[in-house]
Amino acid sequence: MNSAILYALVGVGIFSLGLYALILHPHLLRKILAINVMGSGLFLVLIALAKRTGEPLPDLVPQAMVITGIVVAFSATALALALMVRVAKENHRAELSDDESQQP
Amino acid sequence: MLFDALLGLLLLGLAWLLLSCRDLFKAIVLFVAFGLLMAIVWVRLDAPDVALAEVAIGAGLTGALLMSALAKLPVDNPPGRYSNEKTHWLLPLTLALMLLLVASGLGYALWSLPVIAPGLSGEVAANLEQSGVSNPVTAVLLNFRGYDTLLEIVVLLLALLGVWSLNSLDATPATAEKPANLVLDTLMRLLVPLLILVAAYLLWAGANSPGGAFQAGAVLAAAGVLLLLAGWRLPTALAGLPLRLALVAGPVAFITLAALTLLNARLLELPVEHAGMLILLLETFAMFSIGVTLAALFLGQRPQERGGSA
Repeated sequence: MNSAILYALVGVGIFSLGLYALILHPHLLRKILAINVMGSGLFLVLIALAKRTGEPLPDLVPQAMVITGIVVAFSATALALALMVRVAKENHRAELSDDESQQP
Repeated sequence: MLFDALLGLLLLGLAWLLLSCRDLFKAIVLFVAFGLLMAIVWVRLDAPDVALAEVAIGAGLTGALLMSALAKLPVDNPPGRYSNEKTHWLLPLTLALMLLLVASGLGYALWSLPVIAPGLSGEVAANLEQSGVSNPVTAVLLNFRGYDTLLEIVVLLLALLGVWSLNSLDATPATAEKPANLVLDTLMRLLVPLLILVAAYLLWAGANSPGGAFQAGAVLAAAGVLLLLAGWRLPTALAGLPLRLALVAGPVAFITLAALTLLNARLLELPVEHAGMLILLLETFAMFSIGVTLAALFLGQRPQERGGSA
């Protein structure tokens, strides 16, 4: 087992932890954190697998894609946080209610 | 190898801790620490450009954004209610088992991948001379895959439009009545010029070493965030058309170039002799727009314009 596969497996672990928290926690800020953690896990898999070139220099196309991904993740997080603040303003708590009867 | 294993374990532990700790403030601090640790991993994996982007955007700006969002939440929101009390104990257990299954499936898929897969590294190396820059990551971002970067800048702008339409105008006047904070004020005066200099350096260095428009834009945005934290607001005279021009400068530069290259029926395929110059020009506009957009996203509201509500 080389370090590339090791990091890729860690990435899978981080992704799964994030997915677990995303499903289980009702608070929206925690859900947003969980999505970001999932994204980090995914980036780790991509970059780790890019190291398998068999040469000292890794494959740089996935690296460029991950840089793009980090910026897109930031934009999505900013939009999600704005949505969360708005939901909290309307609902008085930063959670989505899954109770149909409470909806206006 | 031992260091890598330790780092991996530490990452997993931090991820678990930040997702399960009851205090949201603590969770955000842990998230920033997680991002910094990720940056070390990127360096270990020979990805210094990604490390720069992670530190500046993934850890730094996202952390600041999360903090400011947490501050905007109503205080009576009990942070202690950390998982749904209504959920039966069976749900977490079933979920954990199912995710374990998914993770082992993914792990097995990774395990069975070939040990050596050159990917596109050969093609990048072969065409690097035509790209006009010698940092291969910049070459991929701005030349070979310029299309991705164009769309990415548009995504940033779209996110800002979404944020602006969700929240009402920023009501804080330009001279916010905050108690003068001498430390923050002095720090700001020292750091903001330095950050602008660092941004310019990262942009210039991006041509042949780690750096580039996104990292530079993020550093520029950090200067903006610092200014906003110190109570500075965009002068109302600048909040109208000048701000909008700054926001669209990058996308417009990109789209103009795309249209010009389309005249040769080759979308975003830069002419070899001018490629270096064009990339620098594109990156300058992109850095400026990215910096302003990221800082505006941090503010989270449309800044007040001259003439009241817009």
